Amino acid sequence: MYGLGILKGLSVTLKHFVNTYVDDIKWGFAKRYTPEALLVRQSAEARGVFTVQYPEEVLLPQERFRFVPFLVYEGTDEDRQYRCTACGICAKACPPQCIWIVRAKDPETGKPLRRPAEFYVDIDICMNCGSCAEYCPFDAIQMDHDFELADHDRETAHIHDLQRLGKPVEYYAKIRPTYYAAEQEAKAAKAARAAKAKAARRKDK
Amino acid sequence: MTDELTHPNIPVPEDLKGTVTLATWEKFYNWCRARSVWPMFFGLACCAFEMIAMATSRFDFARFGMEVMRASPRQADLMIVAGTVTKKMAPQVVRLYNQMAEPRYVVSMGACANGGGPFKEGYSVVSGIDKLIPVDVYVPGCPPTPQALLHGFVTLHKMIENTKYKDMIWYHNRGQGEEFAIPVLGPDIFDPRQIPLIQSEAAKTPVAANDSE
Amino acid sequence: MNEQVAESEGVQLDAAVGSVEQASQALREAFPGKVRPDEREGYEGVIVDADALVDAALFLRDQLGFRYLSSVTGVDYANDGLLESVYHAYGAESGALVFKVQVGCGNPEIPSLVSVWPSANFQERESYDMYGIRYAGHPNLQRILTWEGFAGHPMRKDWREPYYEEEHKPFKTRHPDGGVFRAEDRNPFGRNVQYSPGFDPAKWEDIAQSAVYDGLMREVKEEGLQTETITVNVGPQHPSTHGVLRVVVVLDGETVVDLMPVLGYLHRNHEKIGERCTFPQIIPYTDRLDYICSMSNGLGYVLAVEKLIGIQPPERAEYIRVIMAELTRIVNHLMAIGFLWNDVGAYFTPVIYAFNERELILDLFEMVSGSRMMCNYMRVGGVFEDLPAGWMEKARALVYDRLPRFVDEFHRLLSENEIWRSRSMGVGILPAEQAVAMGASGPLLRASGVPYDIRRVEPYSIYDRFDFDVVVRHNADVYDRFLVRMEEMRQSLRILRQAMNQIPAGPVQTGKKNWTMKVPAGEAYHRIEAPKGELGFYLVSDGGSNPWRYHVRSTSMINLTPLAEMCRGHKIADVVVILGSIDITLGEVDR
Ligand code: SF4
Ligand code: SF4
Ligand code: SF4
Repeated sequence: MYGLGILKGLSVTLKHFVNTYVDDIKWGFAKRYTPEALLVRQSAEARGVFTVQYPEEVLLPQERFRFVPFLVYEGTDEDRQYRCTACGICAKACPPQCIWIVRAKDPETGKPLRRPAEFYVDIDICMNCGSCAEYCPFDAIQMDHDFELADHDRETAHIHDLQRLGKPVEYYAKIRPTYYAAEQEAKAAKAARAAKAKAARRKDK
Repeated sequence: MTDELTHPNIPVPEDLKGTVTLATWEKFYNWCRARSVWPMFFGLACCAFEMIAMATSRFDFARFGMEVMRASPRQADLMIVAGTVTKKMAPQVVRLYNQMAEPRYVVSMGACANGGGPFKEGYSVVSGIDKLIPVDVYVPGCPPTPQALLHGFVTLHKMIENTKYKDMIWYHNRGQGEEFAIPVLGPDIFDPRQIPLIQSEAAKTPVAANDSE
Repeated sequence: MNEQVAESEGVQLDAAVGSVEQASQALREAFPGKVRPDEREGYEGVIVDADALVDAALFLRDQLGFRYLSSVTGVDYANDGLLESVYHAYGAESGALVFKVQVGCGNPEIPSLVSVWPSANFQERESYDMYGIRYAGHPNLQRILTWEGFAGHPMRKDWREPYYEEEHKPFKTRHPDGGVFRAEDRNPFGRNVQYSPGFDPAKWEDIAQSAVYDGLMREVKEEGLQTETITVNVGPQHPSTHGVLRVVVVLDGETVVDLMPVLGYLHRNHEKIGERCTFPQIIPYTDRLDYICSMSNGLGYVLAVEKLIGIQPPERAEYIRVIMAELTRIVNHLMAIGFLWNDVGAYFTPVIYAFNERELILDLFEMVSGSRMMCNYMRVGGVFEDLPAGWMEKARALVYDRLPRFVDEFHRLLSENEIWRSRSMGVGILPAEQAVAMGASGPLLRASGVPYDIRRVEPYSIYDRFDFDVVVRHNADVYDRFLVRMEEMRQSLRILRQAMNQIPAGPVQTGKKNWTMKVPAGEAYHRIEAPKGELGFYLVSDGGSNPWRYHVRSTSMINLTPLAEMCRGHKIADVVVILGSIDITLGEVDR
C-alpha cells in the first residue's frame, strides 16, 4: 500500500516522542535534571531525547577535554611560582606557532633565567590541539576546561598574557585529577629514589 | 523570568511580586527582541558542524527563541560566521551582510573567523572577519563546543538587552544600515576602501612582494 | 551488466597482484628510451617523457589494466629547476604504478590525460593552479582553488605568502625573545594581502566571475544549445550544498543542460602550510581536512609517514586506530544520510536523530582525545594516549546495544518511505564503467556495482584480520548509495565488535614521540578507505624534518568529477539530491 513506508517512519518518530516523556516520568519530575540523572541520560542508556539546559546546567567536559592553554603556577595569586622554565619547547611544537615567550634575564648579570618574563598565547590562532601540553617536559602548560570565553573585543582580550594564562595548581588538580595524581606519584617516586640513592652514597662513604 | 525585567527604581508592592512586572518600554522591547533572534543558515567550515550540533536536540538553541535558521539573509537577524573566511568567500560574506535588514548582529565563531585561526599564515585566508564587517560577539575556540557557542548567544542577549533606544539606528531615519564595501578579487583580494593606500604603497619603493630569491 | 563490469575488472586485477614491477617492465619495453625507471633514492615508479605520455597512459589503461587513476599532483623540485607531475594508477587489485613527467620550470607544459582518465580533470586544474603546469589539451584549464586573475602559483617554492616568516617552523621569533606581534602589524595594508609593484586597483578588471561562465558557455555551445537556457548559481551560500560549494547550472526550463562545480571557497592552503610544518605538526591540521572524520584523516596521514620511515605501531595502538576509524565511519554515514534527507526536503528530523547518536560517539572521542571534532589523536608510531578508564565500557554499550538498535530504527524510519523512494530511485545514475574512469571511490563507487574497498584489496593497518563484507549494490542511483551507507554502518559495527574483543594490552607508542622528527628522503603514497572514499597522502621528504611536498588526494573533490555526468537531463531539484548522495566535505574538497 502506498504510504505504508511513511507511516512506518512516523511510528518511529512517535516512539521517540513518547519515550522522551516516559523517561521523564520514570526519573520523576523532581529528579530528572539532577547531576546523577544527567550522567545517565546523556549516555548510551538514555531513551528519548534529552536536552542540556545550558546555561542553567552544564554538560561537564571530560577530563582530557582541551580548550585553550593555561600555565600552572604554585603558590598564591600574589606570589606566583610558575612551573614554566621558559625552555621554549611548547613554542616550537605549536603547529600554528601562536606562543611567544620572552625568557627572563638576571637583571645584574644578564644571564638567562629558568623562568619566563613574558608569555603570550594568541587564542585567535590557537587550534586547541594540545601539542604544547603534550610536549612540555615540566607539565607547566595545560589545556583548560573553561570554554565560556565569548566577549565583545578581540584586540586585547584574545592575546592571553602571563597574568591571564596563570592558574593555580589546585585548579589543575581539580580539572585533571588522574593526571595530577599520576604526576604526584611520579614525583614522590622520584624523591624516594633520590633519597635512597643519597642514603646509599652516604653508606658507601 | 519576570524579575529580570523589573526596573530597579520602580517599586512593586510586595504582594504583587512575581505577578506584576513594571519595566520600561525599552527594556521590555529589548527583552522581546533578544528572545527572537533568527540566525542565518550559513556555515563556512568545520565550526559550522558544531553550530549544527548546537541546533540539534542535545543543546537545542530553540530554547533561546532561535527556532528557525533562515537561509535567506533578508529574513535573518543574526549572522553566525562559523568557520574560515577565505578570500574567495569574503565578497559573498559581505554581500550577505549587506542584504540583512537592521537590526542585524554578527557572531564570529571560532578562531578562524575571529582572527584567521590556524590557517592565518596561509595566503588565502582573511585574518578576521571584523576587517570587513562589524562583529558583535567573538566566540573563541577551534572549534568552540556547542556550549561555548551558546555562551556566545547569552553574551549577545545581554548586549541586546542593554541597547538604548537612541542607539537603535534603524528608528532614526539613518537608512537600513550601512552598506559595506565588497572586496574585489584582484591579483590578491583588495578592499575598495583601501585603494588609496594601495596606490600610495605602489608609488613608494616598489616592494617586490613576491621576488624569487 | 554492471556486475559483468565488476567481474571483468576482477579478472584483470588478479594478474596484477605483485605485478607492478612487471607492468613497469612492460611499459619500458613498449616505449624504449621514453620510459625510464626513477632511480632517485627512496623513489619508485618510472619517469615518462612528456611526448610519450598519452600513448603510455593508453597502453597502461588498455593493455595492462590500470583503469583507475587515483592521484595526479605536481611537485616543485626547485633545486633542480624541475617541475614534476606525479600520477598514481591502480588496477583493480594491484598496487600503485607511479609514473612521473618532468619538465623545466620555465615553460612547463605536459599533455593532458583527461582524455584517457577523466578523473584527471580537476586534479590537473589544481596542479595548474598551484604550480603553473599547463596541461595541453585539457578541456577547461582554469584555476580551481584560487580565482582567475590570482597572481602567481602559490605552491611553487619561490612563491611567498603575505605573512611569510620563515621557510620552516619553528619560527625563530617565538623564543627566547618572542615579543608578541600580530602578522597584520607587519603588513603595510594591515591585511593578509600583497600586490606586485605597479598594481593599480582602480584599473583592475574583475575577471574572476566572468571566467567561470566562459568555461561553461563554451561547453554549451559545443552541444548546440544556445537559446533559452538560463544559468543559475547554486551556492556558495546555499543550505543544500553542505558548505560553501558553488554549482553553476545551465538550465533548459527545469532540466539541467550542463553543470559545473566551482571550488575553492574554502581553500585554506592546507598543503602550503603543511610544507612549512614539521611532520608531526601536520597531524592537527589533517583534522581540519574532512572535519567530520578527523580520526580517519589522521590515520591516513600517520600511515603515510610510517611508510616513509618504516616503523610499525604496537599492536594495541593498531586496534585502537581501527576502532576509532570505524567509529568515524559510522559518524560520517549518519551525517551523510541525515543531510541527504535534508536535501530531499525532510528538513531536520533525520539529521536530529543522526546527531543524537553522533553526540554519543563524539563523547567517546572527547573522552579519549580531548576534543569532540578535532581529535588530534593519531601519532606517528602510535596514538596520543591509551584509552582512559571506563572508555571501553561506554563504547561497548554503544557498539553492542545502542547503535545496532539505532541503525535498525533508522532503517525503519527512512528506507521504505515512498516519497524518498520516488525521489531517489533511478536518479543520478553512474554506470560502473564511468565511475571507475572518473575516479569515484567509496560508497559512490560501490553503489555502482564495483566491489572496491581498499580495506580489502590493499589491507592497511590490521584490516586483514577482520571479517567483514564489502557492501556492493548495482543500481548505481541515489537510493543505492543510501543503502550502501546504511549497510556499511552495520559492517563497521561488526568490525568494531571484533576489534573490541581482540584488543590486547600493551603500550600504545613505538619509540618516543616528539614534535619533530627526521624522516629519510624519499616519497610515499598511502591511501586508506576513509568513510567518503579513497583518501591518499603523498609525501616527499628531502631528509629534513618537514615534508618537501605534502599532498592530499582528496576524496571529496575527485568524487565531484562525475557530478555533471550524473545530473545532466535531470531536474534542478535533483541536483541537490545527487550532490548530497556523493557526500562531500568542503574542507576536504578545497583544502
Ligand atoms: S610551558 Fe613547558 S614547554 Fe613551554 S616554555 Fe614553559 S616549560 Fe617549556
Ligand atoms: S593548543 Fe596547540 S595551537 Fe594552541 S597553543 Fe597549544 S600547541 Fe599551540
Ligand atoms: S576555528 Fe578551527 S574548527 Fe573553526 S573553522 Fe577554523 S579551523 Fe575549523
